[in-house]
Amino acid sequence: MADTILSVDNVTMQFGGVTALSDVTFGINRGEILGLIGPNGAGKTTCFNVITGVYAATSGAVTFDGQPLAGLKRFQITKRGIARTFQNIRLFPDMTAVENVMVGADANHKTSVGGALIGSRRHHREEREGRDKAMELLTFMGIADRAGDAARNLPYGYQRRLEIARALATSPKLVCLDEPAAGFTPAEKQELMDLIRRIRAQGYTVLLIEHDMSLVMGVTDRIVVLDFGKVIANGTPSEVQNNADVIAAYLGVPDDAA
Amino acid sequence: MSLSETFKSLTSKPAHVVSGVGERIGDLPKVSRWSLIGVFIISLYLMPWWPKVPVLGWIVDTPGTSFEGVITDKVVIYVLVALGLNVVVGLAGLLDLGYVGFYAVGAYTVGILSSQHANLPWLVCVPIAVVVSMLAGVILGTPTLRLRGDYLAIVTLGFGEIIRISANNAEWLGGSRGISKIAKPPNIGPLKFGILDAKPYFFLGLTVIIVVVFLLRRLENSRVGRSWNAVREDEDAAELMGVNTFKFKLWAFAIGAAIGGLAGTLYAGKVRFINPSNFPLQLSILFLAAVVLGGTGNMWGAILGGAVVAWMPERFRGFADKRVFVFGVALVLVMVFRPQGLIPRKIRKERWLANWGPGASARQSAEEVSRG
Repeated sequence: MADTILSVDNVTMQFGGVTALSDVTFGINRGEILGLIGPNGAGKTTCFNVITGVYAATSGAVTFDGQPLAGLKRFQITKRGIARTFQNIRLFPDMTAVENVMVGADANHKTSVGGALIGSRRHHREEREGRDKAMELLTFMGIADRAGDAARNLPYGYQRRLEIARALATSPKLVCLDEPAAGFTPAEKQELMDLIRRIRAQGYTVLLIEHDMSLVMGVTDRIVVLDFGKVIANGTPSEVQNNADVIAAYLGVPDDAA
Repeated sequence: MSLSETFKSLTSKPAHVVSGVGERIGDLPKVSRWSLIGVFIISLYLMPWWPKVPVLGWIVDTPGTSFEGVITDKVVIYVLVALGLNVVVGLAGLLDLGYVGFYAVGAYTVGILSSQHANLPWLVCVPIAVVVSMLAGVILGTPTLRLRGDYLAIVTLGFGEIIRISANNAEWLGGSRGISKIAKPPNIGPLKFGILDAKPYFFLGLTVIIVVVFLLRRLENSRVGRSWNAVREDEDAAELMGVNTFKFKLWAFAIGAAIGGLAGTLYAGKVRFINPSNFPLQLSILFLAAVVLGGTGNMWGAILGGAVVAWMPERFRGFADKRVFVFGVALVLVMVFRPQGLIPRKIRKERWLANWGPGASARQSAEEVSRG
């Protein structure tokens, strides 16, 4: 248990009559890059939403850093150390890139109305910290040159990276990336792979949902495969690649074999 | 599309990136900047004499009514209300259709404490009234801010009406007769708050506005303002980035309510007689029109919008029965040609970025502090 940072235990998620996740169990080890893959509609994003508190699981439990997450509000889960990005980019479009990241950094800040009104020392210190951290992360993501631009005016690749920067600004222990390479060119995907490795090298644990197999196989330590809401495989990239169930889920079963 | 979504899409088009007057002033060296701001503020204090200035006088004067009366009884009040409502609607993106309720709570608290049930001086009543209005905001907000969009709009609409109807029916609030002989502000040196001269009330109101603007700017440029903006832009994303959305929405409501209540105390102190018909639903709509007309989410827009909405019907009094029509047409024209308001919300200019570099931030923040 010592090195399991997040464990998902027997989680079932039902929407009316639809079972999106059925008895899903897997764990993420500290410092690991775990891939979560599966065909469309397999329940990957639902799984993300259960972990980050967007949905309350119908049954089962999510434990993070030894603490159950059930009953916590979304922002509390973020403050505990789980940050995420979105499959469809959800930045704050009319705020500047640096402000977007500062919102994330504010998760660790405490200044409220009183402190802001009197211009307390803490307010000034936190503003300074927020800016430094935001610029540091924008530089790390390679998008600091557009720090002062509105998020809506950034090119697509910048927006994707800005989302990651914003998530990292909350100082998470676990970063959940929901299809960060969607719409990327092969060259950009390569850069993203390097970036994900560098994120891990900084000490973060990464949970990655991705469709692009070369990226997933190239960057992850371990892969969990979902199909129709069930975990059908859990192992290293090469194990998963040779798993008969996974091949069947992705490619179908040949007629003569069925 | 729901009502509130429509409202949002109409009023929150992409913010402008153009450099406005404010930015150009911000780019000026410190001395020129402060002298410009000083001249501007002095000219505002001279507003009662504006009708005597050639050309400007012809534009602003209100034929048939006293210009002094208009700026004191209406412009100052509407500007203050618009500033408060802008926090709720413009910054936090919460559609409030019952804002007049808080204005009424402020005015009635002063009425009750200085005339109806006690004899406290006006100056003592004001902080109490602000706190009571704030509490009203928290009481309304706590259950309703869990709602989103249209539901919130409808509940707040109901709140405004509940306050008015309750005041109408409760005898201890004066019923439909209202409350008279409300205390007036105390005389300050040469400023005598009497019946004939409206100027002292104007100076008082303008000073209150300047203080409120100063405090709101501090909030806007802080974690609080950032959180409000994030909630307005994408509430779910904000919460998942660690923003306690409920807490900050409640703060927006409470601060908006406090400013609305403050406007109510000024109004009560000036007219010294209030009754429920002073606080109709129509006023809520007019306040919202002021914010939208001026530019949702831009404090300077709210100020201009409040002033225009208060002043315009009086300016067109010459049209007699048709003045409301003229006012309506003017509003429609503005919305057609400037759908984001007279002074649209701007993308924040990160001035400090220009000389950002390792180690630069300590220097920067020192300058920020001195800038205030």
